[in-house]
Amino acid sequence: MAGVNRPEVVEESAVKVEKYGTKAGHETKLPNAGLKDTEIFKVLIFKRSVTNDSMPVQSDVACARALASAEGDVLRVEIGGVWKITGKRPSWSDVLAKTKPTRVRFELAQLDSWDSSLLLFLFEVEQWCTATKTPLDATALPQRLRELLVQIVAAQGKEKPVDRRENPITLIGLAVFDVLEKVKQISHFVGECTLSIARLAKNPIRFRWRDCLAEMQQCGAMALPIVGLIGMLVGLTLAYTAAVLLRQFGADLYVANFVGLVMVREMGPMMTGVILAGRTGAAFAATLGNMKAGEEIDAFETLGIRSIDFLVMPRMVAVTLMTPLLTLYANMLGMFGGLLVAAAILKIPASAYWVQLQASVDLSDLVSGVIKSVTFGGIVGLAGCLRGLQSERSAIGVGRATTSAVVTAILLLIVADAIFAVLFNMLGI
Amino acid sequence: MSQQSPSPSIPAIAVDDLECGYEGVVLLQHVTFAVASGELFFVIGGSGCGKSTLLKHLIGLQRPTAGTIRYFGESFTDADASRRRELLRTFGVLYQNSALWSSLTLRENITLPLEEYTPLSKRERNELAALRLAQVQLTGYEDFYPSEISGGMKKRAALARALALDPAIVFFDEPSAGLDPVTSRKLDDLVLQIRETLGTTMVIVSHELDSIFSIADRVVMLGREAKGIIAEGNPRELLQTSRDPVVQEFLQRRAISPAPTR
Repeated sequence: MAGVNRPEVVEESAVKVEKYGTKAGHETKLPNAGLKDTEIFKVLIFKRSVTNDSMPVQSDVACARALASAEGDVLRVEIGGVWKITGKRPSWSDVLAKTKPTRVRFELAQLDSWDSSLLLFLFEVEQWCTATKTPLDATALPQRLRELLVQIVAAQGKEKPVDRRENPITLIGLAVFDVLEKVKQISHFVGECTLSIARLAKNPIRFRWRDCLAEMQQCGAMALPIVGLIGMLVGLTLAYTAAVLLRQFGADLYVANFVGLVMVREMGPMMTGVILAGRTGAAFAATLGNMKAGEEIDAFETLGIRSIDFLVMPRMVAVTLMTPLLTLYANMLGMFGGLLVAAAILKIPASAYWVQLQASVDLSDLVSGVIKSVTFGGIVGLAGCLRGLQSERSAIGVGRATTSAVVTAILLLIVADAIFAVLFNMLGI
Repeated sequence: MSQQSPSPSIPAIAVDDLECGYEGVVLLQHVTFAVASGELFFVIGGSGCGKSTLLKHLIGLQRPTAGTIRYFGESFTDADASRRRELLRTFGVLYQNSALWSSLTLRENITLPLEEYTPLSKRERNELAALRLAQVQLTGYEDFYPSEISGGMKKRAALARALALDPAIVFFDEPSAGLDPVTSRKLDDLVLQIRETLGTTMVIVSHELDSIFSIADRVVMLGREAKGIIAEGNPRELLQTSRDPVVQEFLQRRAISPAPTR
């Protein structure tokens, strides 16, 4: 069956006779071989394997047949058997072989059942006939099938209602406008939040304390294990790194200074910020995005309730209050991690580590870290809520909003951290 | 669209003494009905009567606690996992919220099942997708994403997807939910037209009286109190003959001027 373009057919049998009797070795007896004016070009029988995974229900002796025979210039195509979309079907080019009929006529021969599979075959024939300007006689086909054939022909290559192609310059222009729009949205959102703070400060009874406490528990208490673990590991890593360097100068004890200062001023707030961006910021965006998709936000707005007051502020307050506390906790465990390394590797007594720590880290270091962390908390809340409210109303939209919230938060965290570094340096803190 | 004419004695769907529920709570019991091949069959009833639960059992999303469901004489409930999957492939389901895959275009939504289960080439899949979209009057929207089209169009696109694999049975969960009356009526016309051309068996879960009276061949009505079927038959005949006050209340609420027959 060289001519069949479906090599994965599991079981099939075919008898192929090209110009019956003209080729030695192909003298297969065919039932209608004796017909005078009939030249048999080809018989294709397709059988489908019963074990084939794609078999549909009622798959007993399923096989699709298209038998072609010539009556003078007319090619008679007898269609029969079981045509199933999930199974194999003859291809027109195989049925046609190398003949060039001037007319094609369909006939039915025990057509048990059919579906789109037969339709696609007929469509293929129709396309061929149109291309070669060969008249096609399909009157023998069932009415339904002829209707569908008309439909499938009509359905192809229709004009699209909207031309959706964009040229590259337009795309660049749109992208620029998009960036500008996003900057505008962030500014607008910060402004809205400020107004909301003013409103709630005037009328604190309207603040949703219950929601705020629940969020505090979620983003604060529930984050203790992960913040603690990461804080301690960061402290441990810092101590190891410092130990390698300081040991060369016999300044082992300064590990305490290094770990203390780096944790308190930089790593504590930054690591806590990053963890919260991934944990809380993403959760805010997903929750608000889903609420938007479910029209809950619209429901607030139509009731005249500002979603900023009701949904955003409790979250912003919760995360802004919890971040410094978590930062202090991370600082503490980071220093403890440093102590472990100092005691185990460098053999520095805990009391010496403690005294050194007290001498090197003063309140201004601690406060600078806390100031940073409050800002970081605000950034995480802002990014999470903003992206959530901007989310598109679909599953993908919510996913994108969540990703965008985390990316925005981390980006803004780093930018803010750099600004703080310059600022503290200028102020000499 | 199974164009064969199976023996009339074998119904497309036969539900026998089905019991649905979970953890000791019975939601539906003694549910027995049969749907003939090519029939437009409605499952109706008020809110909370178990219509959607029944549908979930019919399409294999939930397992019944007792009873059997047979498709074309073959048990669905007793079939092993792989056979169940094969049987599921012969159904099309139109979900209440359309449930089009939002990351795929309409064409991809239709060609995905074809790609999974048929040996068709990409060109053939696209030809078929174009036909399906034309059948639901969405020609030209092949490259649109679900979020870019209206609710009524999504319903129609979902119907096109449900028809992708030439299903023998198509299930509809509240097809007119969220549609305006005109769009809803157009969808009814489409259902009739598709049944006409493709001969598909249709099972529609709905409480839309207009649709029930205009297109249903037969209905079963579920009752919340009875936790099962309280009426079965042609809706117009039920309206005339049923003495059950629940049935009358349901059917008469808006059936004072029934929709014209088509």
